[in-house]
Amino acid sequence: MNELLINVDWYEIWLATLETFLMLGGSLLFTIILGLPLGILLFLTGPKQLFDQKGLYLILSLVTNILRSLPFIILLIVMIPFTVMITGTSLGVAGAIPPLVVGATPFFARLVETALREVDRGIIEATQAMGATTKQIIISALLPEARPGILAATTVTAITLVSYTAMAGVVGAGGLGDLAIRFGYQRFQTDVMVVTVVLLLVLVQVLQMVGDRLVVHYSRK
Amino acid sequence: MIEFFKVHKAYQLGKKSITALQATSLQIPTGQIYGLIGHSGAGKSTLMRLINRLEEPSGGRIEVDGLDITQLDAAGLRNFRRRVGMIFQHFNLLSSRTVAENVALPLKLAGELSNSAINKKVADLLARVGLENHANKYPAQLSGGEKQRVGIARALSTDPTILLCDEATSALDPQTTGQVLQLLAEINRDLGLTLVLITHEMDVVRRICDQVAVMDGGVIVEQGKVADVFLHPQHPTTKRFVYEAEQLDEAEMAQNLAEVEGRILRLTFQGQATYEPLLAKVAAKTGIEFSILSGRIDRIRNEPYGQLTVAFKGEKLEEAMQILHAAEVHLEELRHE
Ligand SMILES: Nc1ncnc2c1ncn2[C@@H]1O[C@H](COP(=O)(O)OP(=O)(O)OP(=O)(O)O)[C@@H](O)[C@H]1O
Ligand SMILES: [Mg+2]
Repeated sequence: MNELLINVDWYEIWLATLETFLMLGGSLLFTIILGLPLGILLFLTGPKQLFDQKGLYLILSLVTNILRSLPFIILLIVMIPFTVMITGTSLGVAGAIPPLVVGATPFFARLVETALREVDRGIIEATQAMGATTKQIIISALLPEARPGILAATTVTAITLVSYTAMAGVVGAGGLGDLAIRFGYQRFQTDVMVVTVVLLLVLVQVLQMVGDRLVVHYSRK
Repeated sequence: MIEFFKVHKAYQLGKKSITALQATSLQIPTGQIYGLIGHSGAGKSTLMRLINRLEEPSGGRIEVDGLDITQLDAAGLRNFRRRVGMIFQHFNLLSSRTVAENVALPLKLAGELSNSAINKKVADLLARVGLENHANKYPAQLSGGEKQRVGIARALSTDPTILLCDEATSALDPQTTGQVLQLLAEINRDLGLTLVLITHEMDVVRRICDQVAVMDGGVIVEQGKVADVFLHPQHPTTKRFVYEAEQLDEAEMAQNLAEVEGRILRLTFQGQATYEPLLAKVAAKTGIEFSILSGRIDRIRNEPYGQLTVAFKGEKLEEAMQILHAAEVHLEELRHE
């Protein structure tokens, strides 16, 4: 076994795995913190919705679309000054999190918007007819009803973030993807490449499984 | 009392304006079951949704128990809406909440009662609608009729004085429809709630409504007591609904009439007269002959009625008609010899 994996430094792998987890965890957390309100705002200001605001919706929509159309690798580089401003460094895990968040937030927000739109209008209406405030409608009706959709959105976003973290290697963020590129690809250490890819695959699988379980658990349909 | 004073409603679709309700004035007395019937797009839902201002009127004034609801601010409107329950064709229950949680929601939102008071109230309401054993189920685990019962319990939770029912039985089978209508009638009787009820079926109106308004093209074309509107429809739209309910086919009727001789009358009996052997008496007394071409004995709410189409032959027809008239039978001449 060890003959086959002659170039694999398990300590390196362990460190890289840790870095991936940190990047994923940190960026997912901030993506949700920023993306959920943005998604709700996109939904509310959308055509015929509770706070129909054509101008605001168009601006939000445009900004999200611009961020989503930028290739992540470009975002990573363009963001460097901004990243330094926030985290003090553009390197390592800390340097990778801001671009990851900026890359994933618009994506997540759109998915949240879609999940909210899937909620039957009749539910909103029924809640309005009860005398609910808009805040109550969002908290007591919209979000719980959209929970399966939002959980699915979170799963997809987490998995997208895993593939983004691989690219974050470019700014020296480390992580499994970085290992795969530096050793596996650039130095032709196929064994390192295989090990990291397998680990990433396992990570993606686990995320998908946990996400699917949660979605099923919360869909009372 | 719900009163509309020249209320109209137009929807803005881009640059086009669609009038869904023409200037309409109406009164719905407290404690009544008021039916709204009409074809699709007639403006029934629009009219109903103006009552709790789910739609804003484009003009006119709406008063509920003397309160001008078109003037309410946001907080006033929310308070008012707690006095108006609403149930829907597709139930609109929250799928993420259990039956008990759905019923509790309006109370939680109002934030006036303690949790224990809410739980007690929810239990009472579930018992009223016969769902005490389903409290912890999710809506997806219920049948359509049960879901609508949850909807009714939820609508009643804030002790409203008005219950709006927008096609509450349209998604249910005939038997379940009967049960839900009975529940609504009980609620009206026991709690004295005013019910406004939209339906496509004259049969629903006939079974539980006191009054009915027939709508067509954003206008109330006919309204009044159910028995009057149902037994003596005036407007073509109303006639169509009534004949549909009676399964009368006008062409078929005309053919039947052509087969017989004599004068043809439609007799309408109401109340006790329905069960009396009036025709036989009249025939014995005046010697006229009669043959029944079509007929139906049924009830409007709890009042029995009969409607017969009869061909008469004989000398003393005028006298016979007078006897019938004196017995409070309504006569309508369909063909004169
Ligand atoms: N939100 C809206 N925007 C634009 N037009 C509308 C809207 N709601 C209703 N309308 C129009 O207003 C008219 C009346 O609609 P309404 O829903 O009151 O009819 P209805 O009698 O309830 O019909 P149904 O039996 O199909 O429910 C229709 O022509 C409909 O297309
Ligand atoms: Mg309707």
